[in-house]
Amino acid sequence: MISPANYVALAAILFVIGAVGVLVRRNALVVFMCVELMLNAVNLAFVAFARLHGDLTGQVIAFFVMVVAAAEVVVGLAILTSIFRARRSASVDDANLLKY
Amino acid sequence: MAHPVVLAASASSNTEVATFWVLAVIAVAAALGMILTRRAVHCAILLAVVMLILAGMYAMQGAPFLAFVQVIVYTGAVLMLFLFVIMIVGITASDAVVETIRGQRVFAGLAGIALLVLLILVVGHATIGQAAPAGARNSAQNISGLARLIFTTYVFPFEVTSALLITAALGAMVLAHRERTSPKPTQRTLSRRRVASGRPTPLPGPGTYARHNAVDMPALLPDGTQSRLSVSGVLVNRAAEARASARSAIGGEVIGAEQERAGPDPGRPRRPAGHGGPGGGAEAPAHERAPEAPVQANGQEEDR
Repeated sequence: MISPANYVALAAILFVIGAVGVLVRRNALVVFMCVELMLNAVNLAFVAFARLHGDLTGQVIAFFVMVVAAAEVVVGLAILTSIFRARRSASVDDANLLKY
Repeated sequence: MAHPVVLAASASSNTEVATFWVLAVIAVAAALGMILTRRAVHCAILLAVVMLILAGMYAMQGAPFLAFVQVIVYTGAVLMLFLFVIMIVGITASDAVVETIRGQRVFAGLAGIALLVLLILVVGHATIGQAAPAGARNSAQNISGLARLIFTTYVFPFEVTSALLITAALGAMVLAHRERTSPKPTQRTLSRRRVASGRPTPLPGPGTYARHNAVDMPALLPDGTQSRLSVSGVLVNRAAEARASARSAIGGEVIGAEQERAGPDPGRPRRPAGHGGPGGGAEAPAHERAPEAPVQANGQEEDR
């Protein structure tokens, strides 16, 4: 049987890749996808710890994370489409009206 | 011990080890590809790969419910939403190459490596033992156990979740809603506009010869000239766009290939401003007007 530590390490790697993506990419859609990747990585860690402890609480938390992520994606994408309508661009650099 | 248990039935140790390593390598590769590809669509597809693999890992770890929710909610709903928005924003939407902040990528990479080292050290130093023996979590009671927890211990967060979902749905509708600024055209105005446009009949269909059955072939008029009206303006614009981007690309290969394909083919849609062409008498005026009409319609469509 494979140790839960492997799953946690994989979750850490995926989380870091998502974080780097959020920092590096300029397209707001891709930034969103990287955030999703980070949330998924954390879910994997939750499930691994649930298995480690042998109870279901971790799985319940992962379930709640999924719900919140779905709500976040819906609102985020709605904001993105309205920004795109106004500015004809999905780049995070172009939405700078609040700057200065 | 029949249904979801098959997935959860803690796979024999060797199978799990092999599956884990194969899936983990694919997941990390797909995630890396996700932040390296230029196009948003490729990103979404690679993210789908990662999510499906994670669903498999949930199943391996005795969480069949979460595995199915992952496939249905994430891969099925969230990613499809992403793909729809990519279609709205433009399927060719890709990242700008310029760095807004100097050296941002390098610093982001360094920060990522630092974070990775930190996390791996933490995981490595923690004493994470072997998994607890399979109890209620991965037998047939997984779903009922989850339900019991959600509806007893976590019933308040669960209720708050419903408020969150309703707020999110309302917010999305408010944000994505657009007031109609002009009155909706009626049948009468539409038909008047059509007659006034000078071409009340439908546009001619594309020409399909024995050699081709593609819609980008213009139809031939009785005198042998091509009717540019018969090719959709979208196709004409796209061909011009592709040609322009191929020209700006470094390698001349693409252009060569395109010209080779287009060269002997008389049916290639030309740029509207090209040859006037001795069209048929009645066709000529509409012929000249043709290129604008589809383009205009296009612009209106995109505005919506």
